Amino acid sequence: MTRRKERIARGIAVRSEDIFVLVSWREMLYLAAPRILPVVLLLALGLGVGEYWQRVLVQTCMFALLAISWDVLAQTGMVSLGQALFFGVGAYTAGVLNHYYGINPLITMPIAALTGALLCSVALLPVLRLRGIYFSMVTLILPMMIERVIEATKIFGGTEGLSGIKSLPGTSVEFLISFVLVFAALFGFRRIMASDYGLVLRSIRDNDRAVMAGGVNIYWYKVQALFLSGVLASLAGAFMTHAYNFVGMPVFALDYSIMPIASAAVGGMGTLAGPMLGSFILVPLSEYLRDLGGLRTVIYAALLVIFTVGLPEGIFHFIRRKYLQFERWTEVGE
Amino acid sequence: MLEGTIIYGFINSFTLVVMALGFNVTFGISGVANFAHGALYVAAGYLTWLGLNELGLPYWAVAPLTIVIVAAAAALTYRFIILRVRGLVISEVIATFGVGLAILELFRYFGFVGFEYTLPVLVDVSVEIGSTYVDAQRLIIVAGGCVLTGFLWFFTRFTKTGLAFRGIAQDERTALTLGINTDRAAMFSMAFGGAYAALAALIILPLGTIAVNEGYNVLVNALAVCIVGGLGSTAGVVAASFLIGYAQIITATYFETHWMMIVSLVALLGILIVKPSGLFGQQKELEERI
Repeated sequence: MTRRKERIARGIAVRSEDIFVLVSWREMLYLAAPRILPVVLLLALGLGVGEYWQRVLVQTCMFALLAISWDVLAQTGMVSLGQALFFGVGAYTAGVLNHYYGINPLITMPIAALTGALLCSVALLPVLRLRGIYFSMVTLILPMMIERVIEATKIFGGTEGLSGIKSLPGTSVEFLISFVLVFAALFGFRRIMASDYGLVLRSIRDNDRAVMAGGVNIYWYKVQALFLSGVLASLAGAFMTHAYNFVGMPVFALDYSIMPIASAAVGGMGTLAGPMLGSFILVPLSEYLRDLGGLRTVIYAALLVIFTVGLPEGIFHFIRRKYLQFERWTEVGE
Repeated sequence: MLEGTIIYGFINSFTLVVMALGFNVTFGISGVANFAHGALYVAAGYLTWLGLNELGLPYWAVAPLTIVIVAAAAALTYRFIILRVRGLVISEVIATFGVGLAILELFRYFGFVGFEYTLPVLVDVSVEIGSTYVDAQRLIIVAGGCVLTGFLWFFTRFTKTGLAFRGIAQDERTALTLGINTDRAAMFSMAFGGAYAALAALIILPLGTIAVNEGYNVLVNALAVCIVGGLGSTAGVVAASFLIGYAQIITATYFETHWMMIVSLVALLGILIVKPSGLFGQQKELEERI
């Protein structure tokens, strides 16, 4: 006698799929809770904790932005091993604008987001004609080389970096801005990826030749995806520059490349909410384990491998499945 | 000066060949991009150092042992990690990258940083070529590059395993129908790449100190050479190494040493614009380029 587990959609999940969601408050709550709860929780947490953990939350939100931008690229079939490239270019643009020209942070951030995305898209343009691992290889190489170039040519302060960059007024304001940014990015990009436009992007990952056969210029779409994701990552970089009052070579460090990938692997790729959830697990954890120093990177790397091989769907998919379906054992016939 | 440039450019080119060959072999055969290549290289250096200084073993015993250990580690990585995500490019890349990162940062954590981590040179003399003095170790790199390339050519043409390698490189499913165990052949190819990384470490590292960051450098260099030469093509690796190797030395001699790194970047982006599949990457052109 053998048994197997069967998964059945919960009644309430089915009922709240359509217009029938309007039949009762319970159905509406079921649908709204997973969307509203994180927003409320994060807001309460951010305004409730002390300044130190508020700064950690700001950092977490920025890593979440990076992770979302990584996921947008991954959903289009481009696996970036160097999200630090976008992050760093955005950070340096904001730093240079503020350090040399004294421009207000609220103006440098959008400019840096757009400029950073534009520069990186142009730099990566040649790679878009290829698929497979080329994109990963080139994105891995670029930040490391830029780091070396800055060190060698001593531009933008060289190894010293640019300090004395103006900060935003107060940690609470920083938190509120990053809170709005991260949820705007999450819900905005979820909406984009669910639309027809997002469908094209996702089908480029699944079968690019079929999309080409459909008469779609996939290179143009890839550039757009690259730009969109670059805006997010560069914005995160620019924000961090103003939060730390400093920009230097560390913005191109491997941490900013590995963290989004680790978040996505832990949280679950291809959902945007998953990578964000991953960041909210990993970044505070990393702050908590600060004493371990270099060992933290080893832990992320190990998590990366374990989750990719052992639980490829990630935490978010797991929770989602439990929320939408229930499981029971059934007997399987002889 | 010109003579020195030619000689050192030649040596630099062979250093690149030796660094990139292991990565290229694994990718060319099994299609797995081993982002842990640099980590294996550095691990080989540290293992040899440990064997020589902590265990006090003689060099002739440590060197083969290191090569075997590194090759075994690469094979185990394939067997227990990559095999499970084989064919999923995203997961393959992330898994090998994670393994490499874990190895490198673990060495950093255990404090393997400093000038005492050096490997002994094999022959401690310098030779005069024309009017330029060259260490014998650098000549060993050139010889090593020739031997490794030659051995690869010989191995893939005249041994059964080598022929299986070429078989799965051309078409894995057809190879399967002809009775080749493709998973095992791919595992061997990974071990082969690991052994080449260890050999590269043994002959290149005596020129400097063993450092964790060297792992990232080697990986970046190997990737640059492989992309310029065309992924999976041995002739491409050699050609690209000479192109980048000479360009680097010429820049270092006539401009500034700082600009050496920019050379490979320019070469990389240039080749991607002009011929995305690389100098010799013809057979992969249809697959990689859409």
